[in-house]
Amino acid sequence: MDTQIQLLMGNEAIGRGLIEAGCQVAAAYPGTPSTEILQAIIDRQNQAVEPLHVEWSVNEKIAFEVALAAAYTGKRSVAVMKQVGLNVAADPFMRTAYLGVKGGMLTIVADDPGPHSSQNEQDTRLFCLQGRVPVIDPASPAEAKALIEPAYQLSEKYELNIVLRPTTRICHSRQNVSLAAPQILERRSAFEKNPTRWAATPAFLPALHRSLNEKLEKIAVEPDWQPRLTPGDTSQPRTALVASGIVYANLVDLLDELGLTGAVDLYQVLMPYPLNPEFCRELREKYDRILVLEETYPVIELQLAHPGARGKQDGTVPREGELTPDVIHQVLAAFLDLEHPGEIPGARRGQRPSLCPGCPHRSAFYSIKKCFPKGIFPSDIGCYTLGMNLGAVSTVHCMGACISQGAGFYQSYRQDGADFPTIVVTIGDSTFFHSGIPALVNAVVQQARIIVVILDNATTAMTGGQPVPHMGVAAGGRKTKAIAIEPLVKASGVEFLETCDPYNHERFETLLKQANNHIRKNDGGVAVLISRHGCIMDPAVRKAQERTRITILDTCIGCEKCTGAFECPALTMDREKEVAVVDQDRCIGCGTCIHVCPVGAIVKEDPA
Amino acid sequence: MKQQIIVSGIGGQGVLFLTRVIAQVAVNRNIPVLTSETHGMAQRGGTVLSTIKIGDFAGPLIRTGQADLGLLLWEANQPVHQTLLKSDGIWVINSDKAGDGVRIDAAEIARQLGNAVLLNLILLGVAVRDGLIDFTIEECETAIQQLAPAKFVAQNVAAFRKGLEQP
Repeated sequence: MDTQIQLLMGNEAIGRGLIEAGCQVAAAYPGTPSTEILQAIIDRQNQAVEPLHVEWSVNEKIAFEVALAAAYTGKRSVAVMKQVGLNVAADPFMRTAYLGVKGGMLTIVADDPGPHSSQNEQDTRLFCLQGRVPVIDPASPAEAKALIEPAYQLSEKYELNIVLRPTTRICHSRQNVSLAAPQILERRSAFEKNPTRWAATPAFLPALHRSLNEKLEKIAVEPDWQPRLTPGDTSQPRTALVASGIVYANLVDLLDELGLTGAVDLYQVLMPYPLNPEFCRELREKYDRILVLEETYPVIELQLAHPGARGKQDGTVPREGELTPDVIHQVLAAFLDLEHPGEIPGARRGQRPSLCPGCPHRSAFYSIKKCFPKGIFPSDIGCYTLGMNLGAVSTVHCMGACISQGAGFYQSYRQDGADFPTIVVTIGDSTFFHSGIPALVNAVVQQARIIVVILDNATTAMTGGQPVPHMGVAAGGRKTKAIAIEPLVKASGVEFLETCDPYNHERFETLLKQANNHIRKNDGGVAVLISRHGCIMDPAVRKAQERTRITILDTCIGCEKCTGAFECPALTMDREKEVAVVDQDRCIGCGTCIHVCPVGAIVKEDPA
Repeated sequence: MKQQIIVSGIGGQGVLFLTRVIAQVAVNRNIPVLTSETHGMAQRGGTVLSTIKIGDFAGPLIRTGQADLGLLLWEANQPVHQTLLKSDGIWVINSDKAGDGVRIDAAEIARQLGNAVLLNLILLGVAVRDGLIDFTIEECETAIQQLAPAKFVAQNVAAFRKGLEQP
C-alpha cells in the first residue's frame, strides 16, 4: 500500500474495510447499487493477510447461507446484496435472527431510494425491524468503512448477524478514505455441534426467541451505537432535528449553507434499529417539536412515537423518492419557518438508456416482435429490460419471474377455450441460473405452452460483467467447472431446444416459428430457444466479430424503422433532411441493422 | 478552497473517468472531496450526472443553483441539468455550435486523436486553461497517470493538453 489515504467509492471503502476487519468468507450476487463491494474485495484479495474465500453466488439466498455457515465456524463472514436481494434471502435471514452466529457475520444490503436502478425503493431498516436484526445506517463512504470493525465486534459480542445498510449515494459516492493494516485474527474453523441451536426444532425456538429479545434490549443501550448529538445554541428551544444515513450528511451541508450550523439540536442516528427506549423518552421530554429525516420509510419515526414528530407519517416529509438536498431544504424551511426556497424545478428527462449498438438482445427482440406482433412478452431483470424500447417486453417483475408469469398467462388464457396468444418469455443467462430453473421445471410439469428465449450473452452484463456458471470461471478469474445451460434445460423435461446466434436473423426467426408450432401441437409444451452471442461490452467479443463501415444511401425514405422499431443508438434522424444518419463514433459496424431497412438503404460501405 | 462541479453526459462517454480525475487531484492535494455518480441501467447510453464537491462538505449531492462549474459532454443534457448551476456558474460545453458558455468541438478534436471518448479530458484541459478549476497542469497529469490504464496514459495526457492548447 503506497498511500494511506485513497479516493474510494463507498463500495470500495466497504470492501477494503471488510478485508481490514479480517473477513474470511465473502459471498454476493451482483445488483446495483451493491455490486462493487464484492468486486472491490476481489480486486484487493492480495491485500488480505489471511485466507479469504470470495464468491459470486448463484443468488442471494445462497450467498447468505454460505456466509452464515462460515460464521458458525467462528470466522468472520459477509453476505452482500441489493435491497431486493434480501427478499430472495429472506428465509435464512429471518431464522438467523433467532439462531445467531459464532464468528462475526455482517449482511450488507444496499438500498436504492429514488429508486435509481431497482424495481422498488423498499427500506432494509424496516425489514430489519420485522426480522429483529440490528441495522447500521452510515452517512458517508468513510463512515461506512469505519463502522465495519465495530459492527463485527457487536456481532461477536451478542452472536448475532448485523446488517449494514448503505444507500446508492453512499455506494456510488467517492471520498478520501484512510486505510489501516488488515488485522490478523488467526482463527481456525471450529464448528461446535449443538443441534438444539443450529437445527432448532419448534420446541427450542421460544427460548431462542426470548434470548434474541434480551440481546436486542442490551444492544439498544450499547454506548458506542447511541445517537450522536450536535447541540444547538438554544435559539430554537425545545426543537430538534433527527436524521440518519446520507440524509444526515445532506442536512449538515444544508444547515451550513443556510448559516444554521449549531443553531438547533441535531441528532445523527447510527443504528435505526433497535432504538434505545431511553433516547425515545428523552426526546419526548426535551422537545416539543422534532423533524425526522430518513430514507425511505419512517423506521426511526415509528419507534420514537413522539407526539410532536414531523416526518413521513404526517406527510411533512415526502413519503416516496429520494430526500435530496432540495427536498430537505423545502421541508426544513417549513419546519423552522425559514424563507421559502421556491419550488424545486421540475425534473426534465434526459436521454433514455437503450441497448448498446450491436447488442445481440436488440436483434433477438426485433425478431420476436416481428414474428409475433400480437404476442405477450414477459421479461426480466437485466439489460434486456430495455427490450421495452422495442415493444418486445410486456412485463418485468423480479428476478426469475418471467417464466412463471409466462406460464400464468398461458393457464389463464387457456381456460377461456379460445386460441391462446403466443407467449414469448425472455430471460438472461445469469437470471436463469439465479431463479429461472425452478420456474422452468414448474412450467414443464404444468404443461404450459410457452416459448422461453434464454438470452445468453455469457455474462452478468447489467452490473458490469460478473461471471456466470456456464462459463467455467469464478470470481477473480479462477477456473472452475462449467455448468452448461442445454443439459439443464433438457433435464427439466423440455422437448424443444434450439440454439442460435440472433445476428443470424433468418435462422433465428425460423426457429421462433418452429417453437411456436411446437407449443401448439397436440403434445406440445415449453419450447426453449437459446439466443447466444457474447455481450458487446466485452472487448474480446467486439474484436472477434466482423466490423464493416455502415453507411446510409440517399434512397433512405425516412421511415424511422431503424431508429424506432430497431432503436439502435448509433442511428439517428437528421430532422432537416428527414433521413437516418449513422453516428460513426458509436456504430460498431455489426451490420445487424441492414436487414431492417425496407428499401435497402443501409449498406456496408465499399472498402475501396 | 470550496468548489462544486457537475459533469454531465451519457453512458459510455467517460463521465466517470473525468469525475475520478478531478477528485483524485483533490485527494493528492489533501483536500476533502466527495463525488456522486450514476451507475446501473442509465450507463447504457442514458443521461448520467456526476457531482463533485471539493472542500469541507458532508454529503456529495448538489442543490439547485449551487454548482460553480458544469462540464457538459453531451450538449442535449444542458436543459436537464441547467438548474443545478449558480446564476453566475459557467458551462464548458462539448459542441460544434455557437451559444452560451465556453464551447469547444471536443468530439471532433478527440476523433482526430483517434477516439471520441477522449473528449472528456479535452474539456478538463479547457477548464484548467480558463482557470475555471483551480488545478495546475502537473496536478491533472499526475492524476491522469494514476488512474488511466498504462497503455492509455499517453493518449489521455495528449487529450488533456489539446484542451489546454485550444486558442
